[in-house]
Amino acid sequence: MTNLASRHKDEIWRRVAIVTPYLWLLVFFLAPFAIILKISLADPVIAQPPFTPTFDKQGGLSVSVDNFRFLLTDKLYAITYLRSVLMAGATTVFCLSLGFAMAYGIARSKPSTRNLLLLLIVLPFWISFLLRVYAWMGLMNTYGVINNVLMWLGAIDKPVRLMYTDFAVFVGMVYSYLPFMILPLYASLERMDMNLIEAAQDLGASRARAFWDITWPLARPGVIAGCLLVFIPAMGEYVIPYLLGGPESLLIGRVLFDEFLVNRDWPLASAVAIVLLLLLVVPIALLQRYRVRDQETAA
Amino acid sequence: MNRQSRFIMSMLVFGYSFLFVPLILVVVYSFNDSSIATIWGGFSTRWYGELFRNEQILSAAYLSLRIAITSATAATVLGTMAGLVLARFGRFKGRTLFSGMITAPMVMPEVITGLSLLLLFVTLQQLTGWPGQRGFSTIAIAHTTFSMAYVAIIVQSRLIAMDESLEEAAMDLGGKPLQVVFDITLPLIAPAMIAGWLLSFTLSLDDLVIASFVSGPGSSTLPMYIFSKVKLGVSPDINALATLIIVVVSLGVAIAWIVARKSTKA
Repeated sequence: MTNLASRHKDEIWRRVAIVTPYLWLLVFFLAPFAIILKISLADPVIAQPPFTPTFDKQGGLSVSVDNFRFLLTDKLYAITYLRSVLMAGATTVFCLSLGFAMAYGIARSKPSTRNLLLLLIVLPFWISFLLRVYAWMGLMNTYGVINNVLMWLGAIDKPVRLMYTDFAVFVGMVYSYLPFMILPLYASLERMDMNLIEAAQDLGASRARAFWDITWPLARPGVIAGCLLVFIPAMGEYVIPYLLGGPESLLIGRVLFDEFLVNRDWPLASAVAIVLLLLLVVPIALLQRYRVRDQETAA
Repeated sequence: MNRQSRFIMSMLVFGYSFLFVPLILVVVYSFNDSSIATIWGGFSTRWYGELFRNEQILSAAYLSLRIAITSATAATVLGTMAGLVLARFGRFKGRTLFSGMITAPMVMPEVITGLSLLLLFVTLQQLTGWPGQRGFSTIAIAHTTFSMAYVAIIVQSRLIAMDESLEEAAMDLGGKPLQVVFDITLPLIAPAMIAGWLLSFTLSLDDLVIASFVSGPGSSTLPMYIFSKVKLGVSPDINALATLIIVVVSLGVAIAWIVARKSTKA
C-alpha cells in the first residue's frame, strides 16, 4: 500500500470515529427536542397520536401558542414551578451545608481511612435509586421506625405524620442527591494546601476569617459544580415526590409525567417540558462551562 | 480534639448514619416474618422464597438484564469513540455542539429525556413504520444515549491524564494512526472502558422514568415492576429484593476495593 492510500484509509477511520457518535446524538438527543417544540405548538385531539398536525390538509401552517398561554396564566402551574424551584433550592442548600462539612472531614482524614470513606460515599450510586427512596417509606410510615423510636423515647405520645408530606420529599431529595454534592466538593478540597490556612492563622487571621478568605474561594469550583449537579436533577424529580409526597405536594416533574401518561395531553406536557428546560438552560450552560474549564486546567 | 474537629467529626457521623441506616433497616426487615412490613413478627427467610417463585419479578429482571448488557456494550463502543474524538482529535467542525451533546444528557432531567425520546419514536413510527412495538429496542436505545455520555467523559479524562508521548513514539517509529489506536491507545484506556461499561450497566438497571416513557404494553423492566408495587406501600418481598441487591453491590465494591489496594501496594 502506498503511503498516500494508507493516509486516506486513516482519514476515513477518523471520520467514522467522529460521525458515528455524532449522528447517534443528533438523532436520539437533539432531534427529539425539535419534536417536543413542534408538539407543544399543537392542540390536543382524541386520535393516535393525540395532537393536531403542524401542517393542515391544505398545507397551511397550523400552530397555536395556547398551551404556553395556559401555562403562563394558570395559577396552579405557576405555583408548581415555584414549588419545584423552592424544593430544589432547599435541597441544594442543605446538601451543601452537610456535604461541605463531610467533604472537608474526608479530605482531612488519614489517607487509608480517606479511601474507605470515599468508597462509602460512592457505594449508594451502585444501589438502585428507587430502592433507596423506598427504604425511607418503611422509616417514615405512621407505624414506621422513626415514629416507634420517638414514642419509645417518650418524645411524642402518638405517631406524627411524616410520610406523604413535603418534609418527606425534602428528606428523600437530600438523601438521594447528597453524594452528588460531596464528590465535587471533595475533589476541590483535597487539592487545597493546608499550609495556607496555618499561614493565615499565624499571621493573625481568625478561624472564620481564614475559612472565608482561603478555604471558601479555593473550594468554589466544587461548590458550584456540586450545587448544579443537585439542583438540575432535583428540579425534574418524579420518583421521590410520587413515593414520599402527598397528592397536594405538586412538583413539576410529577405533573409533567401525569399530564403525559395519565391525562394523555401530549401538547400541554410538551409545553411544560419546554418551560422546565428554559428554566434550566442557564444552570446547564454554567455546568458545561465549568466542565470545559476543568479539563483545560487538567490538561 | 478542638471544637472545629469535633464539629466535623459529628457531621461525618451524622452524614454516614443518614446514608446507611435506612439501607441497614431494609436488610433487617427483609427477614421479618410478618406480612405487615413495619411490624416485627420474628425471623424468617420466607420472602426470599416468594421472590424466586414470583414469575413477574423474574421475567422483569431478565428483560432488565438483557437491556442493561445491550445498552452498556453499545454505549461503551460509541462513548469510547466520542471520548477519543474529544481528547485526541483537536478542532473540527461542530466540536462545540458535539461536546455539548455529550454533557447535556447527563444532567437533563429524566422526565424531559423520556418524553423527548418517546415523541421521537412515535414520530419515527408514523414516518417509517419503525419501531412497530416499543419495548426492548426502544429502551435499549434510550439507555445507550444517556450512558454513552458517561463512558465518553470517563474515557476522555483518562486520555487527558495519560501521556501522549507513548502514542507519539509509536507514530515516530512508523506506526499508522489506526494501528496505534488499536495497539497502544485502546489497551491503555481499557480500565476506563471497563469502568464505563459497569457504570452504564448500573445506570440502565436503575432507570425507571425514561423506561416508563419509552416502553410499550407488556414490557416491564425490573424498576417498573418494583415501582408499580411500592406505589401501594411497603412490601416485604421488595425488602428481600433490595437486600439481595445491596449485598451483591457491597460485595462487588468491596472486592474491587481490595483488588485495587493490593495492586497499588505491589
